[in-house]
Amino acid sequence: MPQASQAEERPRLLMSSADVGRALTRIGYEILERNRGADDLVLMGIPRRGVPLARRLAARIGEVECDVPVGSLDTTMYRDDLRLRPTRPLEQTVIPPEGVDDRVVVLVDDVLFSGRTVRAALTALDDLGRPRGVQLAVLVDRGHRELPIRPDYVGKNVPTSRDESVRVQLSETDGIDRVVLLREER
Amino acid sequence: MQHLLSVVDLTAPEAVTLLDTAEEMARLTDRAIKKLPTLRGRTVVNLFFEDSTRTRTSFELAAKRLSADVINFSAKGSSLSKGESLKDTALTLEAMGADAIVVRHPASGAAHRLAHAGWVSARVVNAGDGTHEHPTQALLDAFTMRRHLGELTGRRVVIVGDVLHSRVARSNVHLLHLLGAEVTVVGPPTLMPVGVESWPCRVSYDVDAELAKADAVTMLRVQTERMAASYFPSTREYARRYGLDARRLGMLGEHAIVLHPGPMNRGMEITADVADSDRAVIVEQVGNGVLVRMAVLYLLLGGAGTGGQAP
Repeated sequence: MPQASQAEERPRLLMSSADVGRALTRIGYEILERNRGADDLVLMGIPRRGVPLARRLAARIGEVECDVPVGSLDTTMYRDDLRLRPTRPLEQTVIPPEGVDDRVVVLVDDVLFSGRTVRAALTALDDLGRPRGVQLAVLVDRGHRELPIRPDYVGKNVPTSRDESVRVQLSETDGIDRVVLLREER
Repeated sequence: MQHLLSVVDLTAPEAVTLLDTAEEMARLTDRAIKKLPTLRGRTVVNLFFEDSTRTRTSFELAAKRLSADVINFSAKGSSLSKGESLKDTALTLEAMGADAIVVRHPASGAAHRLAHAGWVSARVVNAGDGTHEHPTQALLDAFTMRRHLGELTGRRVVIVGDVLHSRVARSNVHLLHLLGAEVTVVGPPTLMPVGVESWPCRVSYDVDAELAKADAVTMLRVQTERMAASYFPSTREYARRYGLDARRLGMLGEHAIVLHPGPMNRGMEITADVADSDRAVIVEQVGNGVLVRMAVLYLLLGGAGTGGQAP
């Protein structure tokens, strides 16, 4: 279809650099409000783009309250679709020295879709310790959940169809801050 | 990567991916709960036609850390000692649904035969075939060197001893060369294989001349069990000319490390005080072996289309 190929060539802009910045600032405040401060918080980014997002959230929280530990949590080894795809290389897992026991862990990811990555992250977290609570912050919630998982903090809700894909680009990984919607050839 | 039969089959990016994956395995197992669910429901068979302690237990532990089921076949105490052929053993394992077979065999090329004869659909990992190759040993040696020395490009590695009978030496030379290191093999002329000049390394017969420049020294085990004839006059003479003792240890740079694939003949290729010194990373090699084998099993079995029973 000519329309489809046109949509592929010109991705629709969902969030500009300023939108991403504002959403992260708001989420930072929401995290502080919900948890009544930043004590006992640990931010765990899910590679790859969840990690720079977690660092930025920590920087914003640090500006208002105190520094919070940031880590990264690779979910590859815990995924339920390992056998359905070619072998993936592992990403980094970094546990902050404070650990996760009795702390409130905020998982940070770029896009929430089926919820399977978050499920894998929750299982991975099981092997690291026992947090007092786990919350979920995402930059974009695109719907189509396959598991009973919901985010606590959302940058933007985007209704999508399954043959579209949401691409988050961040200056740390892609040289630019923006979120675009692409039509995927399946 | 379909099988791991020889380091010669690896490309430089594949080798680096294996080492980087092992590095992540170190992070993932450096905590209270060391087990990962990744290979749940997969079966790994250790098929050992030769004696081995550390390689077999290392593969077993690696598979168990990844939640795979492990079956150990060793030549002693099984039908293998009754003269069952490699083919019949392979067909048996295939019928039992093995997803990966880790094989050690006294004949060079046995792992390749097992992988390509069409007997099994499992992934095959070479855990040592005759005097040919021992790829996971080379990977764990490179991993250990990389942890101490950083990137191996331009690093000088000296491998000393019984090169002729050593699959460790052959695998090490090729892998370290692939990773950019400059390798020198040293040993008595009687223990140099025919064709060593075609290996990507220098050959020397004088240990003392090579040690000062070395960043890492690997001492090979003198494999008396493979020696039908005498290759050197006496143990004492071998130790004096090629063994690593305190005097030779003093010739090494301060950053240089000493490796040994084990099991050691203390007093022969390495003296006890050197083996127990803080320059020797021999015990660390054992721990790193588990990490490297986890990486190999993950990369072979972790994805789609692996094993006979993949959906």
